[in-house]
This record gives sequence, structure tokens and C-alpha cells, in this order.
Amino acid sequence: MDVKWEGFSGVEMEEVKRNVFLTTLEQLKGWARSSSLWPLTFGLACCAIEMMAVGGAHYDLDRFGSFFRASPRQADVMIVSGTVTKKMAPLLRRLYDQMPEPKWVIAMGSCATAGGPYVKSYSVVKGVDQIVPVDVYIPGCPPNPAALIYGIHKLKEKIRLEAKTGKKVL
Amino acid sequence: MMLRTEEMILNVGPQHPSTHGVFRLILKIDGEIIQEATPVIGYLHRGTEKIAEGLQYTQIIPYTDRMDYLSAMTNNYVLCHAVETMMGIEVPERAEYLRVLAMELGRIASHLVWWGTYLLDLGATSPFLYAFREREMIINLLNELSGARLTFNYMRIGGVKWDAPDGWIDKVKQFVPYMREKLHGYHELVTGNEIFRQRVTGVGRYTKEEAISYSLSGVNLRSTGVKWDLRKDEPYSIYDRFDFDVPVRDGGDCLARYECRMAEIEQSLRIIEQACEQFPPEGPIMGKVPRIIKAPPGETFVRIEAPRGEIGCYIASDGKKEPYRLKFRRPSFYNLQILPKLLKGQNLANVIAILGSIDIVLGEVDG
Amino acid sequence: MDEEKDLAQRKKEAAERAKQLARERLAAKQAAEQAKQAAETGDARSDDLNPSSDVSDGPANEAPGGAAQPPSAEDIASAKKRVAEEVRAKAAELRRQREAAESGAEDDLELAKKKAAAAAKARAAALAKQKAAEAAGSDDELAKQKAKAAAAAKARAAALAKQQGDAADDEAKQKAIAAAKAKAAAAARAKAAAAGEDGGAAKPSASSPNDPLLQKYVRIIEEHLGPDVLEDAYINRLAKDVPTLVVPKEAYYKVAEFLKYNEQLRFDYLSELHGTDFQTHMEVYVHLYSYPNRQPVALKVKIERDNPEVDSLVPLWPGANWPECEAYDLLGIRFRGHPNLIRIFLGEHWVGHPLRKDYEPYDAEV
Repeated sequence: MDVKWEGFSGVEMEEVKRNVFLTTLEQLKGWARSSSLWPLTFGLACCAIEMMAVGGAHYDLDRFGSFFRASPRQADVMIVSGTVTKKMAPLLRRLYDQMPEPKWVIAMGSCATAGGPYVKSYSVVKGVDQIVPVDVYIPGCPPNPAALIYGIHKLKEKIRLEAKTGKKVL
Repeated sequence: MMLRTEEMILNVGPQHPSTHGVFRLILKIDGEIIQEATPVIGYLHRGTEKIAEGLQYTQIIPYTDRMDYLSAMTNNYVLCHAVETMMGIEVPERAEYLRVLAMELGRIASHLVWWGTYLLDLGATSPFLYAFREREMIINLLNELSGARLTFNYMRIGGVKWDAPDGWIDKVKQFVPYMREKLHGYHELVTGNEIFRQRVTGVGRYTKEEAISYSLSGVNLRSTGVKWDLRKDEPYSIYDRFDFDVPVRDGGDCLARYECRMAEIEQSLRIIEQACEQFPPEGPIMGKVPRIIKAPPGETFVRIEAPRGEIGCYIASDGKKEPYRLKFRRPSFYNLQILPKLLKGQNLANVIAILGSIDIVLGEVDG
Repeated sequence: MDEEKDLAQRKKEAAERAKQLARERLAAKQAAEQAKQAAETGDARSDDLNPSSDVSDGPANEAPGGAAQPPSAEDIASAKKRVAEEVRAKAAELRRQREAAESGAEDDLELAKKKAAAAAKARAAALAKQKAAEAAGSDDELAKQKAKAAAAAKARAAALAKQQGDAADDEAKQKAIAAAKAKAAAAARAKAAAAGEDGGAAKPSASSPNDPLLQKYVRIIEEHLGPDVLEDAYINRLAKDVPTLVVPKEAYYKVAEFLKYNEQLRFDYLSELHGTDFQTHMEVYVHLYSYPNRQPVALKVKIERDNPEVDSLVPLWPGANWPECEAYDLLGIRFRGHPNLIRIFLGEHWVGHPLRKDYEPYDAEV
């Protein structure tokens, strides 16, 4: 792409260089999406309390442009915080399907990751990745709120990287 | 002229911001009036009791944390207490004080979460932020003690796992006046608020007889005028050494339950204050416990006062390292039973106000 | 092995304590149970010693009769006769005993019978040995004391037998223990749990502060509903001395109703209801509390495992609704008269009842 630089004075040129930047549309989209990830409040169990704590005054997730939405139609990312039981699994899938593209999933805590302490239970799904594709796994039982923030940042990194390289990060 | 109306089924949950977890409510409504409410639970049934049958007693303690995850300390305690009762283990004094301090701090934290989320349900956003600010301080205190923020796994059969770190008691002492001041602020912000009082007065009312026959416990029972607190009436641990009141209200409505809980925070602070004063400067934190814990054959049932009500633990043992059958009497499970009765004939807008005031934790409802 | 010794030790202690309280009716009752239990555990051991023992027809009731042909001398016989008479005099207790024994022996009647015979022998032998050992002590006592004392003495004798077995023929005992253990592995494990439970509760029979309470309950219930409605009544010392009533299935609802509405009892609060799979039988445990009187009671009912069905308590306590659904869901116990018995946790399409001991997950891989 060619930009015609003629006809600018020196001062104007400085201004332009400071205020105009060039990027691809994909990267722009990645930047926009990653900067306002709206999670769906998918509180299932103990981890949900830590998820609430992230929304509280001390950890304050809002400062990262994320705040919780109650409806899947308005959400970008589903934070599966807690144990997914076999009774809950179909509903989880339905909520995931209701979310508009593009969408991401964070598996918060050991239960959502792989069943956690309940891996031997008769009624617990051994990892939410059996039902929905997961982008970020956060270990811990439950993870510290700071770990959840870290996980959300990891997801942002991933979104931007995918936009930049055009390749899917697995 | 009467308008002809049709019945309609409204489904609330299981994923709903106001159900405090995965709880589903099928409402049959006629206009705004609820004809019938059918709760559906079990979305968080994790089979703790079955898992526990294959585990040693000490290994079960982490699972109790995850049952009622807002007051994990009382859950820890009820299991340890049941096994100690069976085996006749004496718990050292210092450990008992640490337990009481941890449990009462947990009780305050639990009530704070309830307070914040209940008002969030009713439409007030800021109390949630205040409540979590204070809760974060309690969590920090418990974190220093146990090394975890939520699922403490702190108590052991015969004592506690960790001793209080240096200066911890002083921190707790400093926390008490701080919390009192904040509590005063809460009352000014919410309790005296006319809008709030109008919203909850007379809503979700039930009588003393109903409360007893529906097996309600804890605040849900005390809000109808039954003066019953297991800490006072069947003293366990060292609760008989403290001077505290049992808050009772007569209303039986959401306001009464609200007031009871707020008053309980105050009483818990009193207990914490006295426990800090009486705290033995040194001593062991573990009693004399056999290396391998085997409860004698037989069965036991103990119950203690958790923030949500009466939590009980039944153990049937055949003398092995693992329990033959472990069963928790989970207060939320019993308390929730009255909900269909309370909702019948109510306005749709009152559903959340009533559900919130019962104070349930779904991990406990579903077991 | 340690366990066994421990058990013997505990039993000895318990027996000694039982002796002190022989005069109290309740203590006697408990001791009777204990004797039964001691005999039952003792029998497993002596089973191997007497492999050719005859089959007698009633486990506990006919015990003295069945033990009429042990290889020992006459004083045993006389002692036994006395015991038999005393025991017969206490018909009510015996019936209870027998019922308990029978319910324990449901799954393997033949084994139980054999065991009972062996138990009787062991007890008789023990009695004899004991007499020889402490001639003055227990002999006089036995002679002196009334029907109630007999039970206590029996318990002590059983304990003593074990003790003496220790000293006398160690290897035989070891063999017996091995045999007992092997046997216990299969069926008797569950039974041991059940029996141990009854016995464990009754074992340390030092006086409990709740003794008068239990006596009061039993008296009132038997006055109004007749003596048949209670299978057993004891203080569960492991559960903070809660008075525990065991009722037959048929009388379950009747007793519960009575407990709730009787003016002197008034158990208006259902604190807990759950079921347990003891492999030989199912059991429903109900913990009640009376707010007017501030008294607790535990109510237990044993039901058969293959077709577990019992009356629902929802008409009495609406609070029993969900707990009964839970028991139905996880254990498959059906409650007659329940307004809406659903599989509350797992849903109607779930296969099997998870808290049963033989549950196999249907979809384990998910």
C-alpha cells in the first residue's frame, strides 16, 4: 500500500507519524476483541466464588476491559468455573452454542480441566474439553483470582497472536 | 371486566446469575403470580459420599471444603468432630481456639458474601464491592493460617494442621474493631434504607411451626423466633467459654433473616474478641492421635452450627481406615425444601428476593 | 492381629464395666446384646475348633440347648442349665436378641446356625473355664445375682474365653482367626459392620446421662403401642449418647407418628434422614429432635435389600421430602406414600443406585 507523503510540512509530518499507525485488519480486530473480553458468568462451584472475587473491589477485573455478562448472547468468553456434572454438561454445551462467534473458553480450576478431586466420581465429567473446545486451562483448586487474571491475559495474547500469524494456536 | 389469562411456564436457571450456582426453578405463572414452583437440583451432585467411602478419614477433609465452599472451616470441623467423638480424642486447647477463630472468621466471610450477593440480587451493586473488600481481609487472615483462600483443608482429626504464624492473633485483634466500624457502615448504607426495607418486609414469610416441620435450621429457623443455636444449646468445642447472644427475630420474613445474619456477624466478632483474649500463648496443636486413624465399629451422628444452619455428619464405621458410610446433613439441602411453598402465590419479582434470603450454596445442596 | 487383640481388650473392659451395672435393667439389656455380640465374634473364632458342631435351630435362644454336648464336665452343664433357666425367664429380651441375630444371619442362615452352635459351645466352655479360673469371684456372683446378671457374666465369660484361648492354645487360635478372617472377607464383613454397629453402640455400657431418657421413651412407647414395636433400644455412645430406637418395618410409621404426636415426646423436628446399604440389609436412619423438650432421639429401621420399601415420613414431617428422594435416588429405597418420589440428583434416566455397595458405573469413561 502506498501512502502519499507529499504536501506535509515538517511539524505536520511529525503529527502524522505520531497519530497514524498501520496494521492489518485482522490484527485490528484481534486487538479490539482481546481488549474487551466479556466473560459469561458461568459459575458452577467453588471456583465461582473466586471468579466473583475477581469481579470484586480488590482484584477488579473491570480495569482489563472484562466485565461479566449474564447472557451468553452478549459474551465472548465462557469461564467454566467449577465441576461439570453429567447432568449439567448438555446445558453447558447449549450455552456455548448460544454464544456468538468468535468465542473462547477458559477452563478454570482442576475440575473443569480434568475432573480434579472428583475424577473418580460417578457423576462428574472428567474435563470440560470433552464437551467444548478449551483455549486456556487454569490449574488450581480453586485458582487464585490473580491466576484467573493471568489466564485471561494469556487468552488475550493468544487472540492477538492468532490475528498476527493467521495460524491457530493450539 | 376480568381479563382472561393463560398459564405460562417460565424456566429459571440452571445457569442464572441470581440462583447462586446451578439451580433450576420451573415456575408456572399466571400473569405475574406464581401458581407453582418446582425446584430442580442435582446439577452439582458430585458424589462426595461415594468417594469418601474409598478414602481414609484425613483424606476426606479436602472434600468437605468443597461442599459448602463459603464456610469450609465449619465443614472441616464437623467431620473432624465426628471422628473425634467416635474415637474419644481430646483436642488440645490451643487447637480448639484456633478452630473457633477460624470458624468464626469463616462465618463472617460467609455472611458477607451473602450480604453482598443478596443486595446484588435486589439491585444494589455497591454493597457487593464493600462486602468483598472486607471479605478479602478475612480471606487473607485465613490464608496466612492455612495457606489457602477458599478450600482451607486446615483442620485435622485431633487438632489443626498449622499453628498461628507470629503476629496473627494481633492481626485478628486489629480486624475486629475495623470490621465493627464497617458493619456500622453497612447498617447505615442498607439496613436503614427505606427502599430496601420496603422491598423485603413481609416477603417470604413463614411461621415457627412451618419452619420446624420443614426441618429448617440456622438463621432460617431463628428468624421465626425459635431460639436455637447449637453453639449454645448443644455446646461443642469450647463455645461454652464465650459470652455471646443468639440473635432471634419474630418476623419470619426476608427482613428478619437479614437482621439475624447481620446480628450474627456482630456476635461472631464478640466471640473472636474473647477467643483472642483467652488464646493460650503456647501449647500443642495436635492431640494424641494414632498414626493410622481407625474409628471404632459403630455409628455416630454429630451436628454443629454452620453459617447456613445445622450441619451434621453421620459415620458408620466397620473399624477400618475408611468409613463404611459417610453422610452429611447439609443445611442448604434441607432449607431449600420450603421454597415451593414460599413461592406459591407470590409475585414473580419476589422469587429472587426469597431465594436469596434462604442463603443456599449449591455445592451443599447437591452434595 | 492387633485389631483382634484390641477387640478382645475392649471387650474385656466392656464386660468388666457391664458387671458393675448388672443391677440396672438397661445395663442388663445392653449386656445381653453384648454377650450376643461377643459370642458372635467368639464363634467365628471357635468355628474352626469345632468343625463338626451340630446344627441347632435357634441361634441365641437355643444356645444353651445346643451347647448341651460339649466335651467338658458336669459343672458346665449345671452352670448352663442355670443360665438357660435364667435366660428363658427373660423372654422379651431373648426375643429381641433372637431377632437381632436373625436379621444378622439373613443372608447365610446355615452359616449362622453353625456359628450359633459353635458360639454356644464356646460360651459354655468359657463359662466352665471361667469357673475353674476364678472360683470365688464369678461363681458366687453368678449364683447370687438374678437374671440380669447372667447376661453380664456371659459377656465376661466370652471375653475370658478369648483371653484364655490366647494363653492356652495359641496356634489353634491363630488358625481360628485365619479361618474367621477368610470367612469374614466375603459375607461376614458386612455383618460384622452391622453387628459391630449394634454392639459397638452398646459396648461401653457405663452409665450415660441419657439413660433415663431412653427408659422414658421405651416406657411410653411400650405402654401405648405394645412391646412388639421396638426391636431394640440402646444408647449410642459414639453419637454423643443419643437414645436409639430400632423398630421393625411394619411399626416404623406408627412409632414415628407416635413420637411426633405424643404429648410427652413431641419430636417435632426431623433433623436428618438417610439410608445406608449394609449389604445384608438396608437401613434408614432418622434423627429427631424435640424443641419443646429439648431431647434427641434416633430412629432406625432395617429393611431387606432386594426390595427396599418403607413408609414415607413426609405426612409427619414435610422436611423429610427431599431426604427421602435422595435415599431413593442414591440407594433405591422406595418410600410408600411419598407425594413426589423422584430421582432428585441424578435424573430419571440414570442407571443404578450409586451408593449401593455393588454399584457399577454405567458410563465410567465420560
